[in-house]
Amino acid sequence: MTPIDIPTSRPKTPDAVTEPPVVRYLLTGVALSFLGLFLLLPLAAVFVEAFSGGIGVYLDAIRNPDTLAAVRLTLVAAGVSIVLNTIFGIGAAWLIAKFDFPGKSLLITLIDLPFTVSPVISGLIFVLLFGAQGLLGPWLSDAGIRIVFAVPGIVLATVFVTFPFVARELIPLMQEQGTDEEEAAVVLGAGPWKTFWRVTLPNIKWGLLYGVILCNARAMGEFGAVSVVSGHIRGVTNTLPLHIEILYNEYNFAASFAVASLLTLLAVATLVVKSLVERSAARRLTPVTQNTTS
Amino acid sequence: MSIDIQAISKRFGAFTALDDVNLHIGTGELVALLGPSGCGKTTLLRIIAGLEQADEGYIHFEGVDATHKSVKDRRVGFVFQHYALFKHMTVFDNVAFGLQVRPRATRPSKAEIREKVMELLRLVQLDWTADRYPSALSGGQRQRVALARALAVEPRVLLLDEPFGALDARVRRDLRRWLRRLHDELHITSVFVTHDQEEALEVADRVAVLNKGRVEQVGTPDEVYDAPATPFVYEFLGEATRISGKSLRDIVQPENAVEELMSSFAFVRPRDVDVSLQPDGTPALEAIFRQAISLGPSVRVELQHRETGETIEADMERIRFRNAALKPGQTVYVRPRAMRVFNADAVSATR
Repeated sequence: MTPIDIPTSRPKTPDAVTEPPVVRYLLTGVALSFLGLFLLLPLAAVFVEAFSGGIGVYLDAIRNPDTLAAVRLTLVAAGVSIVLNTIFGIGAAWLIAKFDFPGKSLLITLIDLPFTVSPVISGLIFVLLFGAQGLLGPWLSDAGIRIVFAVPGIVLATVFVTFPFVARELIPLMQEQGTDEEEAAVVLGAGPWKTFWRVTLPNIKWGLLYGVILCNARAMGEFGAVSVVSGHIRGVTNTLPLHIEILYNEYNFAASFAVASLLTLLAVATLVVKSLVERSAARRLTPVTQNTTS
Repeated sequence: MSIDIQAISKRFGAFTALDDVNLHIGTGELVALLGPSGCGKTTLLRIIAGLEQADEGYIHFEGVDATHKSVKDRRVGFVFQHYALFKHMTVFDNVAFGLQVRPRATRPSKAEIREKVMELLRLVQLDWTADRYPSALSGGQRQRVALARALAVEPRVLLLDEPFGALDARVRRDLRRWLRRLHDELHITSVFVTHDQEEALEVADRVAVLNKGRVEQVGTPDEVYDAPATPFVYEFLGEATRISGKSLRDIVQPENAVEELMSSFAFVRPRDVDVSLQPDGTPALEAIFRQAISLGPSVRVELQHRETGETIEADMERIRFRNAALKPGQTVYVRPRAMRVFNADAVSATR
């Protein structure tokens, strides 16, 4: 992008934090080129490759039973993660924001653990715990329960990895809101359950929704942790990302990219929902009018 | 309904918020808990409400022990300093909340709730805001909505935590007069917390002055203002200059009182200090004029006692001050019209 001369007739902006146009265009240009090169181009490539064998190949790849099984498993894992992590996230945020207890900072640190350890290690934890050679392995196989290399392992690993999203979103929000409104509700005679449903939940709903969306996005895209516990059994323990990798490794590029385009569409849909949520949340938080007279 | 506060103590870690507090609040009374920040007044109010539990002591409502009753069962109305209105509900729903959350058996019908809420909103002169959200109201309006919401459950006691603390000075003055009138209409036993002595003296039937978790004095506004029981109360209720007994020797009338005065301090309000330019025969303190600060209607003059060097403050009417044309270093004659003497032990106790 070529720098543009500043027209001398234009009045100089008095704003102290405004940069000259040259700098502004240059920075915008850099940001846009970067975005195009590293985000839009690969995204476009996914769809180009997906349709490289024609629409028939594309549809075959998607209608393949293994693909459909992978879609189902991905949705199950994401669904369970959302439900469990929403319950846990609200509980943890409530505890941390509204009460003081010993070990509070330790709990906050522990909630972040899944973010800080590598997903591969997250997966290994479950293999070491529930695998045939694992800590609880013999007991589990006696009871006839399979966790690792089976659906429960996939779900567990996904839940673990996406564990902090809702809690992380809610803790600062609830801390900022304090306990005044809850106290007001209790004084007015509301029990704990009514206080939660009628006062606490409406106050956190946008933050909660945002956390759920992020949790969902990560749950659908998770690769590392799930890969370790999966065992890659086609049609049984393959999620979408794992299925894509297998197809790719088999040089089945068109099918691989076709499935990838499916996952990409899910991600784009999540993004759209996220920005809609953000927009309506922003609208709700802006007061209509603000007058100071009594 | 009367409230009896008996030997209440409360600690937060190493900090003692309340230390053996006793207070009786009669039926229909409007009592102010007055004190500086950190004196424990809000904690006491929250203990009365049941939002906080005392470590020791008892709370009785109408002679019945309520110490271990839950907040819900105490049937108190509580108005929070920052209103604590439910942001996501309209003004109407805020006021209706206490009625709507009742169990089905005791819940009034929709029409009854509507009627009651609108009646309360008319009482606080805000019936036209029923469909608005709290964010569209001013601070004073929000506080009135909070009051209507607290009254909706027909509380036996109304508790207000710094109800006007977050408002600007003019709204505050209007609102506290309005609260006084409202109380005269409703006669509901009320306790309000404030750090503003003017507010407490103007609004309350009785004032309890708190300091460092203890009650320093309880009495009518006139009692606490005219006869402060301790140096703390004297200084907290208005401007005060502290003059040591030594400086006052020249003006003490009965000679035998001099001995006692030597170990005491006198507290004087600047507006009770007469300043004259010439000695007029009556006993007076000799002082040197140092400087003056304009206070609007009057002028605060800073004087220095000639012998002891102590600072004495006096208020002069603006016109008198201008006519006197005082110059720094000039000698003036000072006579306190009223003062209150506390012995040195009482004074050091407030430090």
